[in-house]
Amino acid sequence: MSSRDTILASIRTNLPRVDRPLPAVPLFDDRPPASLLAAFKDSLHLMGGEFLDSPASGDALAPVREKIAKARVVCSTVTEISGNRDIAAIRAAQELADVDYAIVRASFAVAETGSVLLSDADLQVNAVAYLAQHLIVLLDPADIVVNLHHAYRRAEFRNAHYAAFHSGPSATADIEGVLIHGAQGVRSLTVLPLPRSA
Amino acid sequence: MNMPHPEPTQNDDPEGIYRDDRRLDHAEGASRPLRSQPEKQPRGAKARGNRPIDQAEAAARFMAAPRHAKMHDERLWDLRQKRDREMHGILEWEELRALASAIKEHTLTHLDEYLEQFEANARANGIHVHWARDAAEHNRIVHGILADHGAKSLIKSKSMLTEECRFRDYMASVGIEVIETDLGERIQQLDHEDPSHIVVPAVHKTRTDVAEVFAKTIGTDPGNSDVHYLAESEREANRPLILAADAGMTGGNFVVAETGGFVVCTNEGNADLSANVPKLHIASIGIEKIIPRLEHLAVFVRLLSRSALGSPITQYTSHFRGPRAGGEMHVVLVDNGRSERLGMAEFWTSLKCIRCGACMNTCPVYRRSGGLSYGATYSGPIGLIIDPTFNARKYSSLPFASTLNGSCTNVCPVKINIHEQIYAWRRELVKQHEVPFAKKAAMKAAGELLSRPAAYRAAVGAAEGALAHLPRFVVYNALNAWGKHRENPHPVEQTFHDWYQANRGGNDE
Repeated sequence: MSSRDTILASIRTNLPRVDRPLPAVPLFDDRPPASLLAAFKDSLHLMGGEFLDSPASGDALAPVREKIAKARVVCSTVTEISGNRDIAAIRAAQELADVDYAIVRASFAVAETGSVLLSDADLQVNAVAYLAQHLIVLLDPADIVVNLHHAYRRAEFRNAHYAAFHSGPSATADIEGVLIHGAQGVRSLTVLPLPRSA
Repeated sequence: MNMPHPEPTQNDDPEGIYRDDRRLDHAEGASRPLRSQPEKQPRGAKARGNRPIDQAEAAARFMAAPRHAKMHDERLWDLRQKRDREMHGILEWEELRALASAIKEHTLTHLDEYLEQFEANARANGIHVHWARDAAEHNRIVHGILADHGAKSLIKSKSMLTEECRFRDYMASVGIEVIETDLGERIQQLDHEDPSHIVVPAVHKTRTDVAEVFAKTIGTDPGNSDVHYLAESEREANRPLILAADAGMTGGNFVVAETGGFVVCTNEGNADLSANVPKLHIASIGIEKIIPRLEHLAVFVRLLSRSALGSPITQYTSHFRGPRAGGEMHVVLVDNGRSERLGMAEFWTSLKCIRCGACMNTCPVYRRSGGLSYGATYSGPIGLIIDPTFNARKYSSLPFASTLNGSCTNVCPVKINIHEQIYAWRRELVKQHEVPFAKKAAMKAAGELLSRPAAYRAAVGAAEGALAHLPRFVVYNALNAWGKHRENPHPVEQTFHDWYQANRGGNDE
């Protein structure tokens, strides 16, 4: 008998003979915050992320341009701003090891946790969001859901082969509880609200 | 939805990170500065083959290192308090716990169906699915996959299952280099020590302990124990190993039957590097990690990091549903005693565990004795009820490392009746004759007394009298483990029974 069949047979022999129906899960959305964007911003800050307020007029991307002005290698997967490392030309993830700033667009965000969802379609090469030293994320304010219950109804989790919630930058406090940003992944995560162009 | 925010604090912690004048304590960050003092690190329980682990002996050595013991206790209690803060911010917290428990119990009672559903969906997505009956088969399967690709080095993220399988030892024996990528786990790997906590593996070490390990292994300045310096040095030392690795490995926190995918929750980004930099990704996952649908995932993701670290969510919650373009993905589903545990009437619900560690952080015994004192893969309250299923003799003393105060049960996000199972294991081990003589003799005597009310009352009276008058060396001797680090309770002047007889005795209806 294969290991698969042995394990399944052992499970069937040992299954507890009790009735445990599957409960329905509510959406827990009866007390939404007044502003999803403000709630998201607050949560993002608590998770160590940075929120850039877009300027009232003029170049909406000015705060991003300022951030990357002195960077050597910038890799962008968004149409709104270009870098100097072409993600389409990347053949192996290791080629992204020297990226200073990666710029991507989030599929959507979650107000409850300050998370942005980055899927394989958003990243093009998944590793760019982890090998880069810093990550800048464009987010359409219309793409914010109230909590994780709403988040998991989104299509990305059924279609994408890879999709990750980023809630602030890479962090650790494995030594004496001292918080460090930039554990193994990005040292900072910045979100700029910017409606999708199309 | 309105999360209470901690009060703004002064920028009085030079090591802290502040945002909007608030000191950040997400991930496993402490809510206030904890500064240790140098002291030699106490080591864990002594392994003596299959002989019972002497947890109390190792715990005594941990407590004899007061600076470590104090730091450890404060650090874990702080995590517990952060957990409470998050709990109070979620009105539906108790409802979420009840849902989590119900979903897990439903899934476990239909485990075969959901595993088959996952397997079919995962295969349709292009994932190779393997099944391993035990640790040895798991290690052989992973070795086989690596050998097929000619892989000689493997970067991995933290996984308790691979600890259970003694995976790194096996890989070393076949000449494959394994590099742990989580900071805490890497510290423990470089120090040739097991993780002492399932979420914060090096929590028993102080900064000077880490500085000593890194000075010897990655060449840091032995005199520099600055935490930012140590963490940055480890990041810089790890990065080239990550870039050069032939394969990557992760565990899995949750497996979703309906999508054929799995979810990994981390703070450091190391699991995503391990999975996304090399072309080959292997995930080793216990069969009990499965849940039916995405809507259930929301319940668990909301509970996991809040329970574990007092953080609303881990920095990364990564959903893998298939290989990336040009890549290859394997999932190894591991039984290793789980299906058998499913058949244990009193203990099967321990399979609901989502490995958050909340029971460890709240446990007074764990906080004061350190995870390595348990000498087992799983320590703390959850370890007491899981470890004996792997080896009833070796871990026979562990269920006695508890005060049965029930705090573990109260904080468990999936409502495992941990303290009741600890008690049930004591009974079970006595039945299996795996309990040491002193404990057994005392329990047998107690059992006989408790079964005869008149004798019990006589004994209580005598004991109360005796406790008040016996010399210390008679009461506190080697047979009274309870009195070793505690005072026996003060003998009462009047027992409840005497009081009842005197006050209510004549009024029985």
